[in-house]
Amino acid sequence: MPESIVTIMDVAIGGLLLGGIYALIAMGLSLQYGVARVLNISHGEFIMLGAFSTFTLYTVVGINPLICLAIVGPIAFIIGFLLQRTLFTQLRTSAPNPGAFEASSLLATFGLMYVIQGIALQIWGADYRAYTYLNFGVDLGGAIFSANKLVILGFAIGIGVAFYIFLARTHMGKGIRSAAQDPTTASLMGVNINRVLALCFGFGAAMAGLAGVLYSMRIPLNPAMGLQYTLIAIIIIVLGGLGSIPGAFIGGLILGIIGEIVTYIDPSLSLAAYYFIFMLLLLVRPKGIFGK
Amino acid sequence: MNITRFTSKGFLIPGLISLVILIALVTLPFYGSLYNVIMVTSILMYIILTVSWVLFSGPTGYMSLATAAFFGIGIYASAIFLPNTGAILPLLVVVVIGGLVSSLVALGVGALTLRLRGIYFAIFTFGLVVLILELGNWWEHTVTHTRGRFVMLVDNDVIFYIMLAIFVLLMLTTYLIRRSKFGLAMRSIGENEEAAAHIGVNVTMVKVITFAISAFFMGAAGVIWATKLTYVDPYVAFNPLFSFMPVLMAIFGGMGQIYGPVIGAVIFAYLQEKLQTEFPYYYMLIFGFVLVAAILYLPDGLIGLIQKLWRLIRRWRKGGAAKQDANT
Amino acid sequence: MQILEGEKVTKYFGGLAAVSNVDFYVGQGEVVGLIGPNGAGKTTLFNLISASLVPKPGVIKFKGKNITGKKPHKICRMGIARTFQTVKIFTNMPVLQNVLAGSFFGTSPGMSSADAAREASESLEFVGLSDMAALPARDLTLANQKRLEVARAMATRPELLLLDELMAGLNATEITEGMELVKKIRDKGITIVMIEHVMKAIMNVCDRIIVLHHGEKIAEGTPQEIATSKKVIEVYLGE
Repeated sequence: MPESIVTIMDVAIGGLLLGGIYALIAMGLSLQYGVARVLNISHGEFIMLGAFSTFTLYTVVGINPLICLAIVGPIAFIIGFLLQRTLFTQLRTSAPNPGAFEASSLLATFGLMYVIQGIALQIWGADYRAYTYLNFGVDLGGAIFSANKLVILGFAIGIGVAFYIFLARTHMGKGIRSAAQDPTTASLMGVNINRVLALCFGFGAAMAGLAGVLYSMRIPLNPAMGLQYTLIAIIIIVLGGLGSIPGAFIGGLILGIIGEIVTYIDPSLSLAAYYFIFMLLLLVRPKGIFGK
Repeated sequence: MNITRFTSKGFLIPGLISLVILIALVTLPFYGSLYNVIMVTSILMYIILTVSWVLFSGPTGYMSLATAAFFGIGIYASAIFLPNTGAILPLLVVVVIGGLVSSLVALGVGALTLRLRGIYFAIFTFGLVVLILELGNWWEHTVTHTRGRFVMLVDNDVIFYIMLAIFVLLMLTTYLIRRSKFGLAMRSIGENEEAAAHIGVNVTMVKVITFAISAFFMGAAGVIWATKLTYVDPYVAFNPLFSFMPVLMAIFGGMGQIYGPVIGAVIFAYLQEKLQTEFPYYYMLIFGFVLVAAILYLPDGLIGLIQKLWRLIRRWRKGGAAKQDANT
Repeated sequence: MQILEGEKVTKYFGGLAAVSNVDFYVGQGEVVGLIGPNGAGKTTLFNLISASLVPKPGVIKFKGKNITGKKPHKICRMGIARTFQTVKIFTNMPVLQNVLAGSFFGTSPGMSSADAAREASESLEFVGLSDMAALPARDLTLANQKRLEVARAMATRPELLLLDELMAGLNATEITEGMELVKKIRDKGITIVMIEHVMKAIMNVCDRIIVLHHGEKIAEGTPQEIATSKKVIEVYLGE
């Protein structure tokens, strides 16, 4: 194969790998904002917690990172569920209007970010940590990718698709979707709105946790790593239309590819490029590419 | 009716208190320690950011998270015009330049974005901070090849007095705007933007101008803050924390009254300073808990809480008096 | 002379024409009723006249001048004021301050505080809310909130007033009072266009009625003509 085609392949597949993680993170935030109306600034902290828990479970206890998915996911779910049941329910009932709730919950999650980072600092310290897992090359049509990248992509897409099927096919999933569209009507139709909100927040946290488990195989970890993923997730959910779960999934993949292209040109510009695209889009199409 | 009723009643006591505080502040370098002067300077900085944030976001209800961008522009103006190798322009001129550049950016951003409502405006303004931060970073790395910049040393008393002057100017501006026709226009926009437009308020102009005024003070404070920092890089200058702190301080203090945000900023800034020095390891944790607790339990801020208590006490006393009447 | 004219006024939302090709005029000093079933495009037409929306295509003229595409605050200062279907008062401000905002911003820019305050109290007195000047606007009853909205609009010194369902949600006594208020405004020489579902009010106070249906003007005439028009009766009974 000519070298230029190999480069394009390299960038495209690399973009999908990055996009898989982004999609997972964004779907989580999309659930929390789209349904529970909480623009969760501490979303990235769940990624950080997921990643560090995996690090400890793997390096200290010796549990395989892929098995950690089954441990971290449910725990993150429970934490998210309880947060919605306590903190955000309290804020929601005391807010005079939905706009006030969005503002106060955003600020509360900013405080939550500090709390979680503070706890992580106590447990793991401020240094960078990393471990290696499945770090060998796999040849895909001439371009070489590390195995863990492919495993991450596979699991990210698998989890994303599984969750989408859950939303589309199951009774609980339909309840969540109708609540996302119109909370009042949904509660009239017999959907227990408080339970649905808590479920959504739980699933959102679980997705972040799972993304953290997967991503910990690839990157060095640090308690302050979360915020940038929150920011990326916010960009993606605006890109995909606030509250649209397929939009978040596709938006994540697109942003991953854009990120990989920009990184190929100049790595230090990738976040700036994300934000540039994002702000341009906000001005031109505030409802997002896939928004109604 | 605070526009027509401009009498001296209820005006004397707050005026006197303000005067006493002002005198205490002006004379601080003569009786306070260096540590005190430095600490009050940072508290003043937080008050300026908070009050200028409230100036725009309070009445209009648009939650701006662009504070760090305007503050950072001021910081960079300082780094460019007041390098440690020798000042290019006089300090006070740079303070004004920092304010003006921030204002200009606010005018542009405001004209583009103030049609975005609710959470979109908050997201966009926060995006602005990160975009400038990342672009600044890229510029410093690839174009100027500097990691960070050093700002010239300025005497701590001078820093303090300039910060104090910006603060006093800001308080006067806020006070005058609140009492003016312009303040009424802003409040009507916050109450109902559509109705405001249909009774003749030039909604876009009012919003953009106020946004620019508030950015001026943030930028000016940034310039002088940079001389205290002495080392500046994009992460220091455009720290997103400076976007959130004013919002939290304002909510913590209560936004209904002019002094609410000031009190909020004083307590918060003091708390932050103390926590950072006394409990460096638990600082983030404690601070986060305080934030969450403040949002949960003080929705109307400290001032709101005090007002609520005051009403309770009055009702209780009235109730007691009524009971006594019934007994006699 | 016509105070307000519309030529081929059209507004699409997506593929749907909310207002389609409507020609209309309002004479100086007239009270014109705008009726039609729900979704007929009445409020959209109001939004077009008051410049919340811009017609595409179509032209709207006020006192002979083309005002299409101007900003709402400009339209207001030119002399067109409006109220809203769902009341849009400044709920957290005192009653008087609501009206004061109208006299400050809706009139010439050079108005002094004293003049604005005087005109605001006059407007309040005109609608009969003087006693409640100091109350927060949110504490008023619905009928009084609607009066407040009228007072705020009147404070901008309009020549043309657009009233969007002034009587909706009011009881029989309040409706009678509302009709009195409309007549009082007319007697001041202010031209009125009103959207209304309360037929008694429309028949009683309007000089002329325009009927909209599916965004199109289907009839126009005196209350008697409209009340006996086959086409109009069909539209209403066909619902």
